[in-house]
Amino acid sequence: MSVRHALLALLAEGPKYGLQLRQEFEARTGEVWPLNVGQVYLTLQRLDRDGLIESDGGERDGPQKTFRITPAGAGELATWLRTPPDLASPPRDELVIKVLVALRLPGVDVSALLQVHRRHVVELMQRYTHVKAEASADDDPGLPLVVDAELFRLEGIVRWLDAAEARLGQRPAGDRARPSADPQSAPARLEAQL
Amino acid sequence: MTAAMELRGVSRVYGSGAGEVHALRHVNVSVGVGELVAVMGPSGSGKSTLLTIAGSLEEPSSGEVLVGGSSLRSMSANERARLRRRAIGYVFQDFNLLAGLTAVENVALPLELDGVGPKAAREVGLAVLEELGLAGQARRYPDGLSGGERQRIAIARAIVGDRSLILADEPTGALDSVNGEAVMRLLRTACKRGVAGVVVTHDAQLASWADRIVFLRDGRVVDQTTRPAGPESLLTDGTSR
Repeated sequence: MSVRHALLALLAEGPKYGLQLRQEFEARTGEVWPLNVGQVYLTLQRLDRDGLIESDGGERDGPQKTFRITPAGAGELATWLRTPPDLASPPRDELVIKVLVALRLPGVDVSALLQVHRRHVVELMQRYTHVKAEASADDDPGLPLVVDAELFRLEGIVRWLDAAEARLGQRPAGDRARPSADPQSAPARLEAQL
Repeated sequence: MTAAMELRGVSRVYGSGAGEVHALRHVNVSVGVGELVAVMGPSGSGKSTLLTIAGSLEEPSSGEVLVGGSSLRSMSANERARLRRRAIGYVFQDFNLLAGLTAVENVALPLELDGVGPKAAREVGLAVLEELGLAGQARRYPDGLSGGERQRIAIARAIVGDRSLILADEPTGALDSVNGEAVMRLLRTACKRGVAGVVVTHDAQLASWADRIVFLRDGRVVDQTTRPAGPESLLTDGTSR
């Protein structure tokens, strides 16, 4: 999460104080990303240095100092909103590595291992769904959006676990006994192709 | 505490000899009053068979089914039919509403089939629709309702009267995520009224609305979740990945 761009977005609505920026940032992200005051002022200083925001010119630093976005800051914000995040990061998912390691180890029930992780992820999904179920219609819309993002991400993990189980179940019995490739080699090969 | 529905050592075998298929193998599942349980598993894991046996639409090869503490095995065919009409509501993926009846007439139909007069049945049907926030759709025909609205009407029909058990087979399968969520909210509301619910699904997001999730693989219960911790910790820790 880019605190820098989140602060620019808040200032795009109009001039604000530092403390106000912190409170609004936390409220809009469903209080999922707590920020400390130092982090806010350090980011504001850098935005000011880069000419993306300006302060009211007062000499004093502190809670009463007002910040506003500059045209360069508005341009930076517009560019950031349309720039896709890095979704093609190297496939180094810890869960994937665990399953690849398990495939090599004799005596490991991979299906049972997949179920351990499936249950853990589904229990986490239950907790997020509970947050959504208990939210009232008057709550900030940011909260269900953040919860939905987590639920879709976790659902993707469960679907991968299901697919892994089905894929491993389709292998001929002889293949199941044969040690798999080095757990690091499959991700490395994929990374080389991306 | 008496379970609203309980499967004790239930097995179901189709065919015989070399063609024998074990759809369920010694399954034990208990659902409490007011509890929503999801049964999660891939295609062919025995989910739908579990639901039809729990709903007395099919008999187990061995084992026992209890609804409200009464064993179905000790009931006559007529008693089981009465139990199905009065105590159990079913929700299917394809809604199964009658096109020639309005929403409230669809909801009231199970009561009328059970001998309640049309006027009284309609009043009870309207009361359920109001309770579930669906009164605005009461006079509309299924063709004029969206898929999500139709499924919510189907849930109202499933809990109308004194039904204590609602059984749903992939109830959001034909819906997008927003409408699917509305259907699950309604099922949760129904359970909060004291109805016991069982939802079978392969969908983790749908299952995560349940109080407890039972995992089925190859006809066996292989695992289940514990009652989830409160959501508070999600908002205070573990959030800065």
